[in-house]
Amino acid sequence: MLQALQGLKRGRAVIPRAAEIFSRVVSTSAPAEVAKVNASASKPALMREFQVYRWDPDNGTEKPTYKSYNIDINSCGPMMLDVLFKIKDEQESGLAFRRSCREGICGSCAMNIDGRNGLACLTKVERDPNTVSKVAPLPHMFVVKDLVVDMSNFYAQYKSIQPFLKKKEASKIDGKEYHQTKEDRTKLDGLYECILCACCSTACPSYWWNEDKYLGPAVLLQAYRWIVDSRDDFTQERIKQLDDAYKLYRCHTIMNCAKVCPKGLNPGKAIQKIKQSTHGGVPI
Amino acid sequence: MSPAAAPRLTGLQRQVLFFYRRVIRTVRTLPRAERGDISRYARNEFERYRDVDKKNYQLVEHLMRKGARQLELATDKNVSGISFRQLQQPA
Repeated sequence: MLQALQGLKRGRAVIPRAAEIFSRVVSTSAPAEVAKVNASASKPALMREFQVYRWDPDNGTEKPTYKSYNIDINSCGPMMLDVLFKIKDEQESGLAFRRSCREGICGSCAMNIDGRNGLACLTKVERDPNTVSKVAPLPHMFVVKDLVVDMSNFYAQYKSIQPFLKKKEASKIDGKEYHQTKEDRTKLDGLYECILCACCSTACPSYWWNEDKYLGPAVLLQAYRWIVDSRDDFTQERIKQLDDAYKLYRCHTIMNCAKVCPKGLNPGKAIQKIKQSTHGGVPI
Repeated sequence: MSPAAAPRLTGLQRQVLFFYRRVIRTVRTLPRAERGDISRYARNEFERYRDVDKKNYQLVEHLMRKGARQLELATDKNVSGISFRQLQQPA
């Protein structure tokens, strides 16, 4: 392949023969596997303690506890989700946690790791054997079992902001796409990436105390995403709906939301923009 | 019933009784054919946890939330019907 690239650089492509390509394909996978086997065989076991929150409502008499598990982190992936899988596979098959994509796209594995909300699949495990990791469900959420929390309130709040494109009858173009300028599209950057993992909302003290009335950073970020969307015709109605002492103004710019967001977004900034929009009456 | 004869209930126990009443009232709004199954299921669930300690508020509150979710699902307009299966406990 290197040869081919060099050939290209000099302006003429060198095309390797079919047999040559085949031998290369075969040879790429073999050394990697050998290396993998060698690595796991040569690395000594590195045991570390993990304390995981356990509570099973079906076993009614037992109170919630942190249960300790010792895991060899050298024979396991680098992320907290890998450790949880190892515990579930080898020690505690009854451990319940949500997971799906294992690469920070679905937002299922949001939990509180060492006192900080984050996705288990994106949180690296500390390599120091003398430290102890604590894994808990998202704070101030009702626990369904172990690390699984009840998200129904969160989703109901998300539903309440009508997170979809709304058009007025007059501006309907039959069967055509709704166009947007590049400038209008850039306004959605930093908003559309949100995966609704609820890390930010459950890290917000305001949301802890008023989760029934305050919408929380994640939902407000989404609300702002539809307010600034140039294609949406219900901007005024959306702003009016949010202009409420509880829904919006429980945000006191504590900014825990921006600190914990696993996607590096800033819900606090979006909330500030909504506040400005309610004053001016136009989306900012 | 005179006040002296009434059993003294904790706030949580009263909440559970209110919730049971709410279940029965809501089930009455459903089509007649579905009522029996749902009310029988609700009764079974309440009976199943009858012996839960009244001080185990964590479990009681969890069960009430679970029940509220199930009730919401059962009375959802988009839900056309509910069927119940008795699952065997694995030995």
